Amino acid sequence: MIKQEMSLSKKQKGKAIVESVAKYIFTICAIASIIAVFSITFYMIQKGTPALFEVGIKEILFHTVWEPASKTEPQYGILYIILTSIVGTAMAILIGVPIGVLAAIFLSEVASDKVAALVKPVVELLAGIPSVVYGLLGIMILNPLIYQLEQKIYADSTTHQFTGGKNLLAGVLVLAIMILPTVINMTESSLRAVPVQLRAASYALGASKIQTIFHVVLPAAKSGVITAIVLGIGRAIGEAMAISFVAGNSVNAPFPFHSVRFLTTALVSEMEYSADTHREVLFTIGLVLFAFIMLINLLIGKLLKKNEKKHG
Amino acid sequence: MEASIYNKKRRWQDVICYGLIYLAAGLVVVLLVGMLGYVFGNGLSVIDLGFLTKVRSTLKGTDGVAGNILNTIYLVVLTLLIATPLGVGGAIYLNEYAKPGRLVRMIEFTTETLSGIPSIIFGMFGMEFFGRALGLGYSIVNGVLTMTLMILPLITRNTQEALKTVPDSYRHGAIGMGAGRWYMIRTILLPSALPGILTGVILAIGRIVGESAALLFTAGSGYFLPKTAAGYWEKLGQSGGTLSVELYLRMSKGEYTMAFGIAATLLFIVVVINLLTKLIVKKLRRE
Repeated sequence: MIKQEMSLSKKQKGKAIVESVAKYIFTICAIASIIAVFSITFYMIQKGTPALFEVGIKEILFHTVWEPASKTEPQYGILYIILTSIVGTAMAILIGVPIGVLAAIFLSEVASDKVAALVKPVVELLAGIPSVVYGLLGIMILNPLIYQLEQKIYADSTTHQFTGGKNLLAGVLVLAIMILPTVINMTESSLRAVPVQLRAASYALGASKIQTIFHVVLPAAKSGVITAIVLGIGRAIGEAMAISFVAGNSVNAPFPFHSVRFLTTALVSEMEYSADTHREVLFTIGLVLFAFIMLINLLIGKLLKKNEKKHG
Repeated sequence: MEASIYNKKRRWQDVICYGLIYLAAGLVVVLLVGMLGYVFGNGLSVIDLGFLTKVRSTLKGTDGVAGNILNTIYLVVLTLLIATPLGVGGAIYLNEYAKPGRLVRMIEFTTETLSGIPSIIFGMFGMEFFGRALGLGYSIVNGVLTMTLMILPLITRNTQEALKTVPDSYRHGAIGMGAGRWYMIRTILLPSALPGILTGVILAIGRIVGESAALLFTAGSGYFLPKTAAGYWEKLGQSGGTLSVELYLRMSKGEYTMAFGIAATLLFIVVVINLLTKLIVKKLRRE
């Protein structure tokens, strides 16, 4: 009798050990993401800052001449590269967001359930296409088309440097397509979260469906749309492979028909063969990109929290 | 016979807005159909037995992506082997053990951040940390570790969502009958959350298969098939380019025929993955 009791308590003890071991293991798993983000942040700062002191903050961030390979007087100005990423992202948002929001309106407000069930998988598939494939299609379809446009526009120009269609405009169009799924999904779910009563009230006042959508539903879903835009910015500014061949890849001021280099494509094209100061400056470019992304992440965190509060 | 004025009134602004909405939706559909059609139209004819079973060799005069397919399988399987337990474990902690507080906020914030970091940054980090600091160089192992970080948030979040849908009564029932927490998680929660976890895993496969920027700098671009049995083990320490990386390299060389073949293979995988996810979600709904 007593023996049995003892064995039972022993078993209990063993169970308790298993329980606490399990808890510790799960805790460690959960902390993995903290460790990852901290070490990435640490490494980006550690690798990205030396060049700023070596070459000079002003010489890197505010100069436009990028000649890292020059033996006599190498120059590491990345201002054009930074501006290209900002301007390119802004243009992609200007083109992609209206299309994305309208498509989301179609899915959530206009289309019947059956049609929406057909279009929704299209959006999901669009999100799943690898970025290199977008790049391939950009080269094969978009670049020739834009080259034709370029030849028409600059037919009489003697100063324009022809890009063969590989320019900022082409990069922007690829980015605009690539952010569509992000914008559509986020906007659609925020439109669907708008209570039916709001729509009913609007109809009762005699508003047409379109008036209801644009004056009632869309404003009610505003914070969701803003989140969608910020997510799109994050996606566009971080994209590398899709635009590395499409946008031409020489360092120029960001105008639509200039061959340009983005922060991301600068890394892709030179990382592998760079050395010494050149390599350090590339890490500074990485750090600038990382800083942008962290800023956007903080913003998204704030926005999502705000959305949650609003919808209870 | 429409008596209601509601239907009679047609504002021209409405017509234009409807036009724009349909145009946007149509554009999205046309874009996808056009892209799939173009890639399959140009790429399917490239895919044959030689393409899938041989490697690039000027000596033998063959060209194919067998090595890259093997590399892709290595990366997918090994990454999932590490990332799935880690991600599921993290989600279990967040959902079942953790009490709201600073640690949980921190974990959730970093998970969110991790999913927002662009792949090129992961590539740089992997190259510097795993490659140089840990001395792994360009190798499959390096690629696996880097990809693990990348897909961790995806698996954590999907598992969390799945765990949230398991009713609390299951938990109370199990605990009330004297089951320990770990026993309850193992026998009740995980089986119920399995479809959700599986969805996360399949989405992760898609991410790994399509990834190129992060892998170019970590797993490198090797394309050979192992010649001996030991070679399959040694491969872990050697560089190996996945299909997506190979596509990038072929593009930079201007070999567009092969590029289309690889792109068609990739898109085929993407479509299959999408269908699989659909199937699982459907099953989940039925239950």
